[in-house]
Amino acid sequence: MIADNPWVDALLRLAVIAVLLPLTPIVLNYLERKIFGRIQMRLGPMRVGPHGTLQTIADTIKLLTKEDLRPSSADRWTFELAPYVVVVPVFLAFVTLPFTADLFVRNLSMGLFFIVAVSSMSIVGFVMAGWGSDNKYALLGGVRAAAQLISYEIPLILAVVAVAMIAHTGDGRGSLNLAEIVDGQGRVPYLVWQPLAFFLFAVAGLAEVYRQPFDIPVAESEVVGGPFVEYSGIRWSMFQLAEYGTTFLLSVLGALIFLGGWNWPLGNEAGAALQVVLIVLKTSAFLLFFIWMRAAMPRLRIDQMMSFCWQVLLPFAFLQIILNGLVLVYDWPDWTLGVLSGSATLLAAYLTYRGARQAAEPYSPRFTTVTYERVS
Amino acid sequence: MTYEEGIFYVVAGMTVIGALGVVVARNVVHSALFLILALVAVAGLFLLLSAEFLAIVQVLIYGGAVTILILFAMMLTRVRDVPQALDGPQRPFAAMAAAAFLSVTILAVVGTDWEALGATEKINVIPIEALGDVLFRNWAVPFELASLVLIVALIGAIVLARGEEGE
Repeated sequence: MIADNPWVDALLRLAVIAVLLPLTPIVLNYLERKIFGRIQMRLGPMRVGPHGTLQTIADTIKLLTKEDLRPSSADRWTFELAPYVVVVPVFLAFVTLPFTADLFVRNLSMGLFFIVAVSSMSIVGFVMAGWGSDNKYALLGGVRAAAQLISYEIPLILAVVAVAMIAHTGDGRGSLNLAEIVDGQGRVPYLVWQPLAFFLFAVAGLAEVYRQPFDIPVAESEVVGGPFVEYSGIRWSMFQLAEYGTTFLLSVLGALIFLGGWNWPLGNEAGAALQVVLIVLKTSAFLLFFIWMRAAMPRLRIDQMMSFCWQVLLPFAFLQIILNGLVLVYDWPDWTLGVLSGSATLLAAYLTYRGARQAAEPYSPRFTTVTYERVS
Repeated sequence: MTYEEGIFYVVAGMTVIGALGVVVARNVVHSALFLILALVAVAGLFLLLSAEFLAIVQVLIYGGAVTILILFAMMLTRVRDVPQALDGPQRPFAAMAAAAFLSVTILAVVGTDWEALGATEKINVIPIEALGDVLFRNWAVPFELASLVLIVALIGAIVLARGEEGE
């Protein structure tokens, strides 16, 4: 409790999130453009401020002062409320996210489940934006977003459930409390015991923030920006806020449940300052992964995207759940889980590689050998 | 008025507004959006009763997934061209069915002796572990039957869709 009055307490806690979250896209956008620049052998933003550090702040001011347009044929309330429906779940999810052992807004006993459930609400916003804009491309993008987010949510949830199943707690196993899950990892992060769940989480996470290779809902060259075509100014920047907010959310979540959060292999009792450093490093690793994938991967077709989810990710997610169930029931030691899950990861990687090879195979017209005869 | 009561009236008001909107809205997509509001507000009611798990499941399943599927189906079938599709000659029957269901619900609530069933002024929170034990041990068969119903529906949908394709 920060304050005695529950209303004041709740307001103060919400204020912390409301102030901190809008800062994440400013920082993340700058980092993304810088890393992008490096990968593409250029410098990225350099002009505004030293090394372009003020570039995204300038961009934010530009976006906030831009005119907020609404197409005359758009469905008024659906169009105007859609950005809020996308953004509010991200804020809600941050309510229960612990950054270090003492740095969190509220520790819910079902925090993991809460985050997953609340962030699923933002799909509604995409569909509202797509339909409310009264624009064919926006509608297509909205429908694509709904199909993709709903499909990839399932492996994401199952991967998270797999971790929650075997989380060590004081009295046995299984917990949905994020702080308990982190404490249960101790020296060895769950990445070591369940690489398969980690793989599923990372890939489905990429799809949840519609980044390459899963960016067909917002692909410029196909649906000219998807559900956001008709948005400008502050409403458009709210969608950006939601995207970077979700990226940050998934990165912190991944760092907590797979990389050991504020623990490190050298011992459990890290001090408060060291905990901050550890969580920042682990989150940055995830963020770098998300940004790097965007720079490195080509875009999947919609049928490839769907079949990858339902034919590769989903069966392997069930496999991980079954493995964890066996470990729980028969009390197998953790290393068996690591070995089994690791070999399943290799199998999944091979299947993905094979599928990618097949998809990338160039069309080869079959030439028939034509023989000519000399005309006498 | 305690702050719980204040929250209750806000959330209950949202539920009623959402439910009314589903019926009154002229546009089917608006009805679906109001349905989401009503369902999420019901999750708020569950939270006030300390049924955290139920509230989160309500948001996840009804707020996130089911209504999206409804919206999805409507957007693919171009409902915008037929705004009057919600109304029809069956109006009196619908009103009668709704009134009958409402009266049965009210009768059940008023007629039940809650105290005999063990209801107290204080809410006793059921931990999620106990819920899981009851659901998967004592009531495992009904639970599995529910999923069986879903599979039957799924197979039925596939059969219907395939039949239309003429395969």
